[in-house]
Amino acid sequence: MKPAPFIRHVPKTLDEALKVLAEVAPEDGRILAGGQSLVPIMAFRLAKPAHLVDINEVEGLDRLHSDGKTLSIGARVRHGAFHKNVVDNPLGKLLTFVGHHIAHYPIRMRGTFCGSLAHADPSSEWCLVSATLDATMIAKSARGERTIKATDYFQGIMSTALAEDELLAEVRLPLLAADAKFGFNEFSRRAGDFAMSASLVTYTVKNGKIADAHVGVGGAEPSPRRIAEAETALNGQTPGDAAFRAAAEAAASAIEPLEDHQTTGEYRRDLVRAVVRRALENSQS
Amino acid sequence: MSAPETKGTGLKWVGRAIRRLEDPALVRGQGHFTADLSATHWVRFVRSADAAGKIVNIGKPGGKMVITAADLTGVKKITPMLHKFSYRPIGQPILADGVVRFVGEAVAAVVAPSEEEAEDIADLVEIEIDATAPLTDARDALKTGAPQIHAEAPGNIILEGKVKTPGFDAVWDGAAKTIMLDARSHRQNATPMEARAGHAVYDAASGRVTLNCTTQMPHLMRTAIADVLGMPESDLRVIAPDVGGGFGQKMSLCAEYVVLVWLARKLKSSVAWTEDRRENLIASFHSRDQYITLEAAFDKDAKLLALRADVVSNIGAYSCFPTTSGVEPLMAMAEMPGPYDVQQYQCLARGVITNTCTMAAYRGVSRPVITFTLERLMDKAALAFGIDPVDIRRRNLIDKFPYKSAMGLEYDEATYKETLEMAVKAIDVPAFRARQKAARAKGQYLGIGFATFSERTGYGSPAFAARGMEITPGWETVHLTIDPSGFVEARIGSSPHGQGLRTTLAQIIADEIGVTPDIIKVIHGDTDTSPYGWGTFASRSLVISGGATLIAARKIRAKLIKIASHLLEAAPEDIVLEAGSAKVAGTDRSITIAKMAREAYTQTHKFKGEIEPGMTESGTYDPPGTFSNACHVAIVEVDTETGHVRMEKFLVAEDAGKIINPMIADGQVHGGIAQGIGNALLEEIIYDDNGGILTANLADYMPPTAREIPEIELHHIETPSTQSITKAKGLGEGGCIGAPAAIINAINDALTPFGVGIDEIPATPQRIRAALREVEKAARKTA
Ligand SMILES: Cc1cc2nc3c(=O)[nH]c(=O)nc-3n(C[C@H](O)[C@H](O)[C@H](O)COP(=O)(O)OP(=O)(O)OC[C@H]3O[C@@H](n4cnc5c(N)ncnc54)[C@H](O)[C@@H]3O)c2cc1C
Repeated sequence: MKPAPFIRHVPKTLDEALKVLAEVAPEDGRILAGGQSLVPIMAFRLAKPAHLVDINEVEGLDRLHSDGKTLSIGARVRHGAFHKNVVDNPLGKLLTFVGHHIAHYPIRMRGTFCGSLAHADPSSEWCLVSATLDATMIAKSARGERTIKATDYFQGIMSTALAEDELLAEVRLPLLAADAKFGFNEFSRRAGDFAMSASLVTYTVKNGKIADAHVGVGGAEPSPRRIAEAETALNGQTPGDAAFRAAAEAAASAIEPLEDHQTTGEYRRDLVRAVVRRALENSQS
Repeated sequence: MSAPETKGTGLKWVGRAIRRLEDPALVRGQGHFTADLSATHWVRFVRSADAAGKIVNIGKPGGKMVITAADLTGVKKITPMLHKFSYRPIGQPILADGVVRFVGEAVAAVVAPSEEEAEDIADLVEIEIDATAPLTDARDALKTGAPQIHAEAPGNIILEGKVKTPGFDAVWDGAAKTIMLDARSHRQNATPMEARAGHAVYDAASGRVTLNCTTQMPHLMRTAIADVLGMPESDLRVIAPDVGGGFGQKMSLCAEYVVLVWLARKLKSSVAWTEDRRENLIASFHSRDQYITLEAAFDKDAKLLALRADVVSNIGAYSCFPTTSGVEPLMAMAEMPGPYDVQQYQCLARGVITNTCTMAAYRGVSRPVITFTLERLMDKAALAFGIDPVDIRRRNLIDKFPYKSAMGLEYDEATYKETLEMAVKAIDVPAFRARQKAARAKGQYLGIGFATFSERTGYGSPAFAARGMEITPGWETVHLTIDPSGFVEARIGSSPHGQGLRTTLAQIIADEIGVTPDIIKVIHGDTDTSPYGWGTFASRSLVISGGATLIAARKIRAKLIKIASHLLEAAPEDIVLEAGSAKVAGTDRSITIAKMAREAYTQTHKFKGEIEPGMTESGTYDPPGTFSNACHVAIVEVDTETGHVRMEKFLVAEDAGKIINPMIADGQVHGGIAQGIGNALLEEIIYDDNGGILTANLADYMPPTAREIPEIELHHIETPSTQSITKAKGLGEGGCIGAPAAIINAINDALTPFGVGIDEIPATPQRIRAALREVEKAARKTA
């Protein structure tokens, strides 16, 4: 369980990082952020990158900033940053609540938000947050900068729209309405394990009825996504058991479930039904 | 290095929760582990990715040292032997020789200057295998026409144990009710915190090799490796330094260590290997992969009359040394009747060879499985009779001692019923039932489960001889010395690796010879400095090594009294040993033990040839065995939507005879329960259809974390054992023997309203949901 040989580059500026990345990317050069996914994969020799571009000393990438409309999360912002409330908006509370479900404390102190998005594990909590809230990804390379919508960004199990020479420099999350409610629930066999299914929901209540529902499901399909059928089942309904159950049922039947040796599609639907309903039941402002 | 709350004298040390003498070094990071040693050469094993097939070619990168079976000329196979139960000896080549029999089998050993380089080279070794379809499931391997994995074992059966008591048929036919259970225990890995590691170094001056390795049995490793390599045993020294847990996985001979010793001799240098977690999960040893069909016959009052068992134990590709792969099926056969009074018994127990990692002992050896099977069956029977699970146990637990089991085992005095009643009272069953009812009304499913069991411990050579073992372990020897400085040293053949034996043996010695534990050192784990012994396994060390220690300490005591009576000119019966001195009762005359010890070496002329010089005595103990017992109670909540089981509480009432150190005893029970929770709910080695392992890391193979362990409440009864001279019984395995049974019974209790039965461990959420889904589907159909 020792990684194959590699060369580690430690750029100090973004330009330098992008330049090295452009050079080494064709030789399986990769970015090293928190290392909490990449290092285990290298230890198992499932990946043998010849070059690592370590971004832990790149200036400016640790920026975590709100302009009143969006929250920008730089590539060096660690999961642990969200242990406390980072923005005076329901989004801040949401991120703290969800973030506590990621792995264990030491991993949260190293792993990065953008690293999770680049790695794109189907169960990643931050990927679910980004898909549910319609995040925008800012990808930078020596060739320039582009923005990618969440719906275009996630492309399957550990697969994204990022090109090999692109650095995910920043993720922008829209702030929620001041009176927005959110709820989150996930299922894993042990505390801290990757979720076997997870759901994040947000909505507001207008005249006693649900409006602008976002229902995201993660861990159940190759990528997390909003489930339109579940959102339709909620919008315009009175918040409560009947609407929540209908939405959960809609989500359970809408998904194309991931299956493995232990977990059948039927079981995955059971989980989705449970986590969506529980996320709705737990929702708070 | 003192035990803080032990200062002060005159107190009996035995029975006190003094802090462990071994811990200060360990918690400061000053322990010595095999992987800490540096070496000139590092080994990486190249392992088969195929489960079955012929080796067509091994492509070696040029200019690198890659050892294969062809290099190991003259090295024998590991071929353990049983002389009973139609055992067929099968041999394991040190490196796969022509064929591979499981994924993970070592095919080649790469030698390089560092671990990293060895792994780089290993990546370049190309093993070409003409793969054939593997057999991973024991029931498949038993089918007629199944491929034969070893020529020596037709039908893939390595051994077959059979018993039937003479009156069985008549009693069975006359029974009022019979209950049947098909139980399945999936495969597990003991998962010690420290995986395996070995370090062999050649000494040019003496021609000897010193092997440091993570073993529970250093002396036996020396005997076995010398046998396999055909070398004088005296040319090999085996050291078990600090060992980070074993749980049985480290009591068998590993082919890897043989390679290291062979290489050290060939290269005349130092050679090391540190196993990684993946290797440990796929290629060390596995256990508990069994199918048991158990049937029980009862009279009309739910009194158990007869038991019939069919045990199919998947033993993997080879047989483990020294116990052989009889260890699981034969344990299941011998102890299936457990704590119940049942005089008619029939059993067929088979060990079945498959293309999977070799099975070896794991804490509890089969008893977690048979206890889960029998206890689940008792609950099923209670339901069938319409009586309470506690009640059916009351009617059937043994309460007259000594008791002779249907298998001829003699049970010494124990407290099966008393511990049950103690647990029932402590958990407050009526209050729980009220809470359960209220919860159900809200759609929450709580359950309570009981497990009562006996734990055979501290058994010596006669018990092992009953299995017909070529290598019959059992006894232990202790050499006890007071050195000329007055400090005490016990050299023991046991090999503790976390059990706290350095502390508990010191407590026994301290009481016997009147000194404090902090001046006593217990030395173990080095074949050059400790007497031959069988190491630490099977809840034996405190009973057997403790007994040998007491025998040696009594001899030292007698000698001290003799010397004191000489030097103080008093009658031996007037001498009292306490607080580091010998005193003449009722006078102020005394002499320190330290002074007497020094004189025993340096002033021997004073004793006029009546007392032998020096102050070393030895004790050897080989007891028949003694049964501990306990009642475990689990309270769980089953989430019927996800199948998740939350452990709410665990309670134990147990009796392990005289408790030498209550803190250490409690720690053993706690740790065992944690493993039992893993066994019951989480841990499972899964093979895919090609014989590959899907659970090769600790994300997929899931030991419980602290968050999955509930509050554990312990209650004790101490019934002094008549079969153990310290009056102590063993308790190292009980925690994990009872826990799966209690948890499975609790799950089934919680699910009573649904009428489903969970008869499989681990009871994963997938399995629980699958059972519930069937019921839901049936309900929808009728609706
Ligand atoms: C035991 C354990 C449990 C875990 N449990 C969870 C869990 O429950 N939920 C969860 O979400 N995660 C979990 N993780 C993963 C953890 O959150 C990782 O930190 C995260 O997936 C990756 O972030 P990182 O910064 O560590 O990335 P790294 O490991 O450094 O990199 C991961 C991948 O992303 C690429 N990359 C990283 N940053 C960028 C970037 N800015 N631009 C482009 N590419 C980039 C790397 O090249 C690499 O391919 C767990 C990890 C462990 C070890």
